[in-house]
Amino acid sequence: MGLLGAPWLLPGWLLFLLSLALAKGLVVLGILVLMWGGLVSFGHGLYFAAGAYTVAFLARFLGVREAALGLLGAALLNGALAGPLGLFLSRYRAIFFGMLSVAFSMILYAFLLKFYFITGGTDGLRVPIPTVLGFEVPARDIRTVNYFVNLAFGILGLFAAYRLSLSPLGYLLRGVKDNEVGVEYLGASARGAVYGVYLFSGVLGGLGGALTALSVGHVAPDLAYWTTSGEFVFVAILGGTGSVLSPFLASALFELVRNYALKLSPYTWQLSLGLVLLGIIFFYPEGLFGLYQALRRWRPKSSSKR
Amino acid sequence: MLTERLLAVLLDGLIFGAWLFLVSAGLTFVYGVLRALNVAHGSFYALGAYLAATLVGFLVGRGLSPFLSYPALVLAGLLVGFTVGPAVERLLLRRISGRDEVTGLLLTFGLLLIFEDLIKLIWGVTPWTADAPYGALGQLKLGAVTYAVYPLALVGAAALVGAFLWFLTGRTPFGKLITAVIADREVSAALRVDVGRVSNLAFSPGAFLAALGGALVAPMISVVPGISVEVIILAFAVTVIGGLGHIAGAALGALVVRLVRAGALYFFPELDLFLVYALMTLVLIFRPYGLFGRAEIRRI
Repeated sequence: MGLLGAPWLLPGWLLFLLSLALAKGLVVLGILVLMWGGLVSFGHGLYFAAGAYTVAFLARFLGVREAALGLLGAALLNGALAGPLGLFLSRYRAIFFGMLSVAFSMILYAFLLKFYFITGGTDGLRVPIPTVLGFEVPARDIRTVNYFVNLAFGILGLFAAYRLSLSPLGYLLRGVKDNEVGVEYLGASARGAVYGVYLFSGVLGGLGGALTALSVGHVAPDLAYWTTSGEFVFVAILGGTGSVLSPFLASALFELVRNYALKLSPYTWQLSLGLVLLGIIFFYPEGLFGLYQALRRWRPKSSSKR
Repeated sequence: MLTERLLAVLLDGLIFGAWLFLVSAGLTFVYGVLRALNVAHGSFYALGAYLAATLVGFLVGRGLSPFLSYPALVLAGLLVGFTVGPAVERLLLRRISGRDEVTGLLLTFGLLLIFEDLIKLIWGVTPWTADAPYGALGQLKLGAVTYAVYPLALVGAAALVGAFLWFLTGRTPFGKLITAVIADREVSAALRVDVGRVSNLAFSPGAFLAALGGALVAPMISVVPGISVEVIILAFAVTVIGGLGHIAGAALGALVVRLVRAGALYFFPELDLFLVYALMTLVLIFRPYGLFGRAEIRRI
């Protein structure tokens, strides 16, 4: 409920951050579902950028500003992209999965960077203010509209990922992590499970990218660079793999902290990120969600003592 | 015209291939022994470059002969490799030795972020240059192409390092232990090789190679924040193309990558980076263990 009222309660800049966190949360969710299978995709910048550039290209070459068409295009294109790439990637596990996904994303980065006559090069492309379902959006309402669009897709993604986690496919994927040979002995295909979830993950990434492009109004090749992908993985680990909600919470926290950190001390922002990552690896492999669970387990005990 | 161009492509390929080999050899060496893909390798490279720029600046500022700066470059590599290297290994990597490879990747990614900002805090964001060693060697005429001598000396240095690595791994007792650990950890442990200790000792030479690469290339580039991030992804491409944990593969991969890039730069500039990563992808898809393949049991 609080999220629905946010546009009237929060100042504009905070609302913008929240929109961004929702959009990027979708990408992180895509990485999270793969993590159920023990796979860490260090190349989701690929889908993020592909989704964002779909929106930009539609506006630039076809003059289409409609947000719904942009999102549909991004979903279709990313599905079409994840289809063939998933065929290759589903054969790989562990570090090779990560490296091949990096390689794919860097190919897109090189293309976006060097084919400047199509992609605008390092400067990137501007994304015009979209129309929503045919309606022109007045400039002063654009943030609110973006927020609601992102919120709707965030909830949609959340629901889909939740259903996936309870579906046979979701269980199979977790089986792949625990015991791949066991999955095959059940008569199921481990590759098939990874492939299916990879498609889902790619489409989520593309939608996240398209929503980000619509909210920010600008796209650049950096979206596909490996450090962007690394950031998504970071947020996924920060949130923890325990719940489908954690990517969004971690994403919101990440955007908020980044906003303040960049203001307070621009030179130590990455430093603190790195320290947090190290801290999670050594002390809290379960991420924020694990921390929350630990707190919940701990509270009733201490209150009963009182 | 065409032959001159080809010569230039060949020289450029050779020179940057040599530089890339220095960086990638360390990466692949560490992977082979520790089974950790060290993203922070890029930071060692950057630290080496910055320290080299500082030392050279100091020497030249004192009015000393620029020829003194060559040992300074190597010193910078040694300092970074054998102080930061062991610290990282001992305090961090050793603690996750039992966990999967992806954990190592994440840990070193965190380290890369930390070092990136530490470098900015220490050296600032304005570019550093150390061109004295570059200028001191002058130029050379090769047919119709005029070339600076320093880059050619770099090729020699890389060849020296390669030869040294070959000697270290193939001809010394400790090197033979390393080779054994790379080939098969379990069997080595069964034969009473202290796998943990060997891995730990092997990390610092790997870090030294990265720092040396940074230090030696510092006179040719302007040293700015972000070089660690750029170099590591290229080094990854090289290592993957050559085969992870395979030093001869790193040499081949470095040459292939740089020749492809140099060729592209002269003939189709737009395809430059594109081709490198496309090559990396193709190798991963068709020969995931690199061009040298898994048919070989020994990886060094």
